[in-house]
Amino acid sequence: MSEKPRLTYINGRGRMESIRWLLAAAGVEFEEIFLQTREQLLKLGQDGSLMFHQLPLVEIDGMKLVQCRAILSYIAGKYNLYGKDLKERALIDMYVEGISDLMQLILMFPFSPPEAKEKNIATISEKATERYFPVFEKVLKQHGQDFLVGNRFSWADVQLMEAILAVEEKVPSVLSGFPQLQAFKTKMSNMPTIKKFLQPGSPRKPPPDENYVATVMKIFKLD
Amino acid sequence: MAEKPKLHYTRGRGKMESIRWLLAAAGVEFEEEFIEKKEDLEKLRNDGSLLFQQVPMVEIDGMKMVQTRAILCYIAGKYNLYGKDLKERAWIDMYVEGTTDLMGMIMALPFQAADVKEKNIALITERATTRYFPVYEKALKDHGQDYLVGNKLSWADIHLLEAILMTEELKSDILSAFPLLQAFKGRMSNVPTIKKFLQPGSQRKPPLDEKSIANVRKIFSF
Repeated sequence: MSEKPRLTYINGRGRMESIRWLLAAAGVEFEEIFLQTREQLLKLGQDGSLMFHQLPLVEIDGMKLVQCRAILSYIAGKYNLYGKDLKERALIDMYVEGISDLMQLILMFPFSPPEAKEKNIATISEKATERYFPVFEKVLKQHGQDFLVGNRFSWADVQLMEAILAVEEKVPSVLSGFPQLQAFKTKMSNMPTIKKFLQPGSPRKPPPDENYVATVMKIFKLD
Repeated sequence: MAEKPKLHYTRGRGKMESIRWLLAAAGVEFEEEFIEKKEDLEKLRNDGSLLFQQVPMVEIDGMKMVQTRAILCYIAGKYNLYGKDLKERAWIDMYVEGTTDLMGMIMALPFQAADVKEKNIALITERATTRYFPVYEKALKDHGQDYLVGNKLSWADIHLLEAILMTEELKSDILSAFPLLQAFKGRMSNVPTIKKFLQPGSQRKPPLDEKSIANVRKIFSF
């Protein structure tokens, strides 16, 4: 009997959320351990579970995987969400890396001081609508297919869907100039595994709040 | 006839250096087109050559690839430096992410104010000797093989060598507590393609000098 993957993180989105999205989209059930104290993190580091003393940690197929990109690549490869050959993988990697740069702004947002928040939302909006979303709008328009790469559901589609929803939480009208992305969002929302993940009670985590920020600061001891 | 890959970047190391290392170690000859001033970057952007308006960009196999990690993954995959299966790839990915984090800290130094820089050099030294290098030392010790993954040269080995040399430029005795990494460095430096890359006249780039730092700031507007 194969065990379910086990995710260790805090009870919030952070750098684990993309992994939750990908496993869920692949239809893979997983377990989660939520750290609540710094001591728990230090203990994990001491017993050799964390290669670089950092989270996320995903225990899967007998490995203790760390580093988001390594984890996501492994899951994508294992569940056939990584294209059919090197060139499709290259496209998926490029798209995912670009989206990841946009998501980095979202990731850091809760930790910015109150006076910087308005400016940061403007930056997120600008980058989304001028640098990133136009690329994917064009890709979808040019090939007219439902999915970004190879006419087949892949990691890139999951990552883009996550990013669209995350940006919309900050900038609700962000897709107003992007009809292809609007259609894409609808199609993705209706895929059975994603539809399930978007329903209440799924492992999807809510947007970060003050409690999340405080927990992160406490456990990861950020300056 | 296969064309040589063509690299678009500034004349310095930056995010392109790991790509130069990997191509060189794989024995792949490549061309470089250097961005010397802001107008060169603008031209690439206006031509539609840069998917996200950013460099590095590498023209390879009919693609204009961007995003450092995507480019490196493609090269590693193409030249059999990415392990033999998914699990070996996962190990290589983990190791590479570690050396990426370490080198990223070093890359940022030239652009920092003197007091911040001094603090960060101390932090880098501490991280290198307590967080990163112990991992690779242990990996080599545990399996006793010459290479990090699968008893075969991979992207992880090349990236680690690059990180070791870059960290040594900051503190020359950084490997003093790591005998296996010292031996690893010696072995890797003698791999023919790498040996060639380490010689003067290769496409390996030197650390940035003051003038180049100012120019980079101008080109990328920061």
